[in-house]
Amino acid sequence: MAAKKSQQFDPVETLNAIEEKFEMVQILNEEGEIVNEEADPKLSDEDLQELMTRMVYTRILDQRSISLNRQGRLGFYAPTAGQEASQLASHFALTKEDFILPGYRDVPQLIWHGWPLHQAFLFSRGHFMGNQMAEGLNILPPQIIIGAQIIQAAGVALGMQKRKKDAVAVTYTGDGGSSQGDFYEGLNFAGAFRAPAIFIVQNNQYAISTPRELQTSAKTIAQKAVSAGIPGVLVDGMDPLAVYAVTRDARERAVKGDGPTLIETLCYRYGPHTMAGDDPTRYRTSDIDSEWEKKDPLVRFRKYLEAKGIWDEAKENEVIEKAKEEIKAAIKKADGAPKQKVSDLLEIMYEDVPFNVQEQLDIYKAKESK
Amino acid sequence: MAQLTMIQAITEALKTEMKNDENVLVFGEDVGNNGGVFRATEGLQKEFGEDRVFDTPLAESGIGGLAIGLALQGYRPVPEIQFFGFVFEVMDSISGQMARMRFRSGGSLNSPVTIRSPFGGGVHTPEMHADSLEGLMAAQPGLKVVIPSTPYDAKGLLISAIRDNDPVIFLEHMKLYRSFRQEVPEEEYTIPLGKADVKREGKDLTIIAYGAMVQESMKAAEELEKENYSVEVVDLRTIQPLDIETIIASVEKTGRAMVVQEAQKQAGIAASVVAEITDRAILTLEAPVLRVTAPDSVFPFSQAEQVWLPNSKDIVETAKKVLTF
Repeated sequence: MAAKKSQQFDPVETLNAIEEKFEMVQILNEEGEIVNEEADPKLSDEDLQELMTRMVYTRILDQRSISLNRQGRLGFYAPTAGQEASQLASHFALTKEDFILPGYRDVPQLIWHGWPLHQAFLFSRGHFMGNQMAEGLNILPPQIIIGAQIIQAAGVALGMQKRKKDAVAVTYTGDGGSSQGDFYEGLNFAGAFRAPAIFIVQNNQYAISTPRELQTSAKTIAQKAVSAGIPGVLVDGMDPLAVYAVTRDARERAVKGDGPTLIETLCYRYGPHTMAGDDPTRYRTSDIDSEWEKKDPLVRFRKYLEAKGIWDEAKENEVIEKAKEEIKAAIKKADGAPKQKVSDLLEIMYEDVPFNVQEQLDIYKAKESK
Repeated sequence: MAQLTMIQAITEALKTEMKNDENVLVFGEDVGNNGGVFRATEGLQKEFGEDRVFDTPLAESGIGGLAIGLALQGYRPVPEIQFFGFVFEVMDSISGQMARMRFRSGGSLNSPVTIRSPFGGGVHTPEMHADSLEGLMAAQPGLKVVIPSTPYDAKGLLISAIRDNDPVIFLEHMKLYRSFRQEVPEEEYTIPLGKADVKREGKDLTIIAYGAMVQESMKAAEELEKENYSVEVVDLRTIQPLDIETIIASVEKTGRAMVVQEAQKQAGIAASVVAEITDRAILTLEAPVLRVTAPDSVFPFSQAEQVWLPNSKDIVETAKKVLTF
């Protein structure tokens, strides 16, 4: 016997109504045309050029990092191509006072926040000096445990609120990360405290091999905000203007005391999950790849800026050359870092060195000086 | 007989038990279509269907809790934790729940779950992938902890683990996955949990080791043989419960012992083994029982791995101290 439908409340209808509300925000379409004049953030020409510069630079950094990894000159690396708008346009809405809690693919935002490139390379190589943060640099090292940073962001945000700072905590994760308990706890805690946090889920469609459809029965990840009682927004993650606009709005709400926001950016990673043996052809077709390549953030932004007459091939080449030079110099600097010793690692374990560590420090230092 | 790597032997064991028992389920992150990040579950979804081999949403705590629930419905879950460094995310399900199911139900319920997970250093993984956290597991009453060192042992031990009616943590050293091949019978066979194996016989010194340190200890034993020392190598295979009988019999024969572990020294398995030896065989000892371990820092970022991990040279050095005491 079918259950009798309640007159007052139909939960399925409620769900459908909520899911329908989460439409994707787009400002700049694939052709580089403004399709939502009202929402256009109206960035200055200089800002538009700067954002394009960062995206082009980061695409080059990605290509160079992949090839350096293949040559054995870099270690752990998670490719970023395809996610430039999600990463850099969201970051473009932040200030240096804002604190970033990144996942491991979020190296570009950290670099544009002030993490020196050679340190990012040292991090990739597994050298402890890569993660030594300069004072005033408001970032954590890339988090390896999926989602662990999300609940910490609620803590950073609550701290900022208590200290009455005009700043926000921003954390990034992926579609896979939105399945972790830490994700729900982070949203809920930040919501409960009305803490100034922005949770950005870069939905790049695959958690290693697992497609987004297997992560959740929810139509969007953005709608998960509803359960925490906070605003959520779904945005075209290949559209730099839309990503910028929704992040700027989220930041404004947060610093005004209106609490956190969840942003889902729909995007794609062109490359493998990491450079450690993942083979995307096992779980994606080239049709899917080319469908997303048509949405490329650099292509559409270039078209837009060229139509405005503020970008051309010469400008782009200038950025590419600059990127290549700086990457070369940063690798050289990273090569010059002292060889990592066991005693270095023991020394950073505690403020007051306990007996067992001191005993081992003495042994290793003696060995290392030989 | 086929020459298999450890990873192939593990796949064989999973296949064997999936065929033997329709209640065996394999699940975790990327274990389905992708066959696991190390391909341990390669081909299983194709052969046994998405109903029995499936990808989960990305949440280690979820995978642990799901296993407990499925076991309560009569299934025999064999979940994979993608890297054992991620175990902290699922500690409550393992230590707080699974390990205690039998106890807190007065012996009326159980959790016949086998958690498989890669661990171990030397393969340049990022943070939180390579840690030796077996001590953490061994400290939880209610769990069994198995660490094979060869392809042959891996197959027999994994079949036993899956058939065991208590929760088993089955740890697979990444460096051993493809480092060598060994003859592995195609037919099924079991190796009892809680039984150590004398991997090499000797009469002057007993080296007790497990996981990748067994290979390092074997190398050290060969080195020491050149200097006319006869060294016995005992592979624990199961670190909880320990095979006290085999350990003590060997120590009573040689009169000298040392323990090797890849994990940090503090509060480790090696310390437990030393305590068992001194409790039970102190009067037969000709020398102190020494340990070779990693230093007490967090597992290093990959660049320092090679100087941080214990190796056969360290073992030879310590062995000589014990032999010449």
